[in-house]
Amino acid sequence: MDLFEYQARDIFAKHGVPVLGGEVAETPEQAQAAAEKLGGRVVVKAQVKVGGRGKAGGVKLADGPADAKEKAAAILGMDIKGHTVHKVMLAQTASIEAEYYVSFLLDRSNRTFLAMASVEGGMEIEEIAVSKPEALAKIPVDAAAYHEGLSPELAEEIVKAANFPHHVADQVAATLVTLWDVFVKEDATLVEVNPLVKTTDGKIVALDGKVSLDDNASFRHEDHAELEDKASADPLEAKAKAKHLNYVKLDGEVGIIGNGAGLVMSTLDVVAYAGEKHGGVKPANFLDIGGGASAEVMANGLDIILNDPAVKSVFVNVFGGITACDAVANGIVQAFELLGAAAGTKPLVVRLDGNNAELGRQILVDAKLPGVEQVDTMDGAADRAAELANAR
Amino acid sequence: MAIFLTENSKVIVQGMTGSEGMKHTKRMLASGTKIVGGVNPRKAGTTVDVDGVDVPVFGTVAEAMEKTGADVSVVFVPPAFTKAAMIEAIDAEIPLLVVITEGVPVHDTAEAWAYNLAKGAKTRVIGPNCPGLITPGASNAGIIPATITKAGKIGLVSKSGTLTYQMMYELRDFGFSTAVGIGGDPVIGTTHIDCLQAFQDDPDTAAIVMIGEIGGDAEERAAAYIKEHITKPVVGYVAGFTAPEGKTMGHAGAIVSGSAGTAAAKQEALEAVGVKVGKTPSATAQLMREIMQAL
Repeated sequence: MDLFEYQARDIFAKHGVPVLGGEVAETPEQAQAAAEKLGGRVVVKAQVKVGGRGKAGGVKLADGPADAKEKAAAILGMDIKGHTVHKVMLAQTASIEAEYYVSFLLDRSNRTFLAMASVEGGMEIEEIAVSKPEALAKIPVDAAAYHEGLSPELAEEIVKAANFPHHVADQVAATLVTLWDVFVKEDATLVEVNPLVKTTDGKIVALDGKVSLDDNASFRHEDHAELEDKASADPLEAKAKAKHLNYVKLDGEVGIIGNGAGLVMSTLDVVAYAGEKHGGVKPANFLDIGGGASAEVMANGLDIILNDPAVKSVFVNVFGGITACDAVANGIVQAFELLGAAAGTKPLVVRLDGNNAELGRQILVDAKLPGVEQVDTMDGAADRAAELANAR
Repeated sequence: MAIFLTENSKVIVQGMTGSEGMKHTKRMLASGTKIVGGVNPRKAGTTVDVDGVDVPVFGTVAEAMEKTGADVSVVFVPPAFTKAAMIEAIDAEIPLLVVITEGVPVHDTAEAWAYNLAKGAKTRVIGPNCPGLITPGASNAGIIPATITKAGKIGLVSKSGTLTYQMMYELRDFGFSTAVGIGGDPVIGTTHIDCLQAFQDDPDTAAIVMIGEIGGDAEERAAAYIKEHITKPVVGYVAGFTAPEGKTMGHAGAIVSGSAGTAAAKQEALEAVGVKVGKTPSATAQLMREIMQAL
C-alpha cells in the first residue's frame, strides 16, 4: 500500500523524523481552519499518489487562512493524471537552502535492504539515477540493523558516501537512524524523503516523502487499516476486498475469473491477444479465486463481475489441480443457483482443463446453464469470449 | 536423477497438524513421498494417523532430523509464525526447506534469508508463497498435484503455481524430471538461476521450461546466466503483458513499477540470448514439444 504525503508525514513524525507542521483537509473550510492552526504562510498541496502535481497546479502557496481556503477550493476536485484530488495537505513553509535525497528500500535483486542518498535532491530519483548515477550513493543495510537499529557507523558511512556537507552530516545521520526505524517498525518496503532540505537557519527537515507498506504485514499493524484510501477505491474493488477476493479492475469488456495469480495474469494476456481480432476488446478485470475454488467463492466472483457494467462477456478459466474440475463445475452450477436470475445475463465461456476435466465438462453439459458454453482450450476459449464481447 | 528432491528424500512437515498441512501431507504420502514426521512442539511424542499411516510428531526440526534422518522440510505454518519456522529449520541445517505459506511479510523473508547466509547457507530455501517441487514418480514436497504427469526429461522452473500445473499438463506425454515452483514473492530463496544451474548439471534433464511473470528483474538475470552457462535448450514464457503499472497482480511480487519489471523487457532479454519465448502457455508448450521431438 502506497501512502499519501500527509500519511507519510504523520508516520515520519511518529518515529522522530524531523518534519514541518502539517494538517490534512477535505474541504476549503477545513483548509482554512488548518491554516489558522498552523499560522503564517502555508503551502496547500494536492494529495495524490502520482508525481508531477506541482506542474499540474496542485501545489500553491497561501498567505493566510482565507487565502488557504481559496487555494484549497481550486485544488480539491482537480484531476491530476487521472487521479481526483479528494484531500489537500496544508504545511508550514520553510526557507530552503539545499535539497537532498534519502531513502531505504527493499532490494529485490539482492534479497536485502538498501540505503540510497544523494545531495542532488528535489528531482525524481529515477532522473538522478540516469543523469548523475555517481551522485547517488547506494549502501546495503545488513540484517543486524534489523534488531539493533541503524548503527551510527552505518549512518555515517551513508552520509560520507553521498558527500553530504560537514555541517549537516550529524543531522542527516540522525535523520537516517529515525527513518530506518520507520522502515523496520512499520514494515515498509520503501521510505523515501525527497526533498530532505537544509533550511536557511541550518536545520534538516523532511519536506516531502513516500512510504509504501507491506500488505502482508498488516496482521501486526492494526493501525494500517485506517491508512487505506477508501475515497479513491474502485467500488467493485472495495466490494471484492470485503469478500476477500483478489480482484483488480481494468478497463476492458471481457470479465475474467481464474484460479492462481499466474494463470489469471496469463489469461489477461491471451484475451487481449484474442481481442485484437475482435474489435480490440480487452480484459475487464483480474480475479484470482485461488486454488480452492469453492462454490461460494465462485458465486462471489461471478457476482462482482456480472455487476460490472463494462463487462459484456465472461471467461472462466480454471485449471483443475488440487481442486479437480468436477468440483469446480459443481461450484459453477451452485454459483448459478446462489445468484438466481442475475446469472445468465451475460454470456459465460468456461474452459476446464486438468484433473477430471472430462467429468467437469459433462457436469456443465448436463446442467444446461443459461448463457454458458464450453471451449476446451485456453486460447480457443479466450477467442470465443472476445468474440462474444465484441458482438454485444 | 532429478534436482533437489529424489525418491530417497526424507520429508518432514512443519505445521502438519493444521488443516492445510494435514490435507497436503495426505497428498504427499499418496504420491509416494517418504514422509517421516511432523513438527509441533505442543504435540511432540504423539503420532498422527494420516490415512492409515502413523506419522510421528516431534518437538523440533532438529529432533526430527536426528531421529529420522530427514533432509527436507515442508512448511505450512501461518504467516505470523513462518519466520520462526524458517529460522528453526535453518538452525537445524536441514538441506532443503520448502516454504508453502502465502502472505509472509517481506521483512520476515529477507531476515530469514540473511540469517541463512550468515549461517553459511547450508539450507536451500524454496519459496515462500510457492507450490513446492515435484520429481514425478519419486517424491513430492509441497502442493503440486502429483497426478498431472509422469517422470520424463523436461525440467520446469516457475514463479507461478497454476502455470506450473498448466505446463505440466500440456506436456504430460513427455513428463518431467523435476518441476520447481519458486514462488511469486518479492524475496524468495531459490531463484530461476539456481534451478537452471541444477537442471544443466542434471543428466536426466534434456530441456528446460522457464516461466516468469512481471515484477523484479529475475528473468533478465536468468537470461544473462543462460547466455554464459546453459547449453541445454530453454523455452520461456512470461505472464503479465497487459498488466497495468502500479497494480499488484495477485502475487506480492507481481507489480510493474515505472519501466522496471515489464513482461516485454523480460521477453526481450530472454530472446536476446536465444531462448524461444511462447506468446501463450500453449504456444510455449508447442515450442518445447518441437524441441523434445527433435532430440
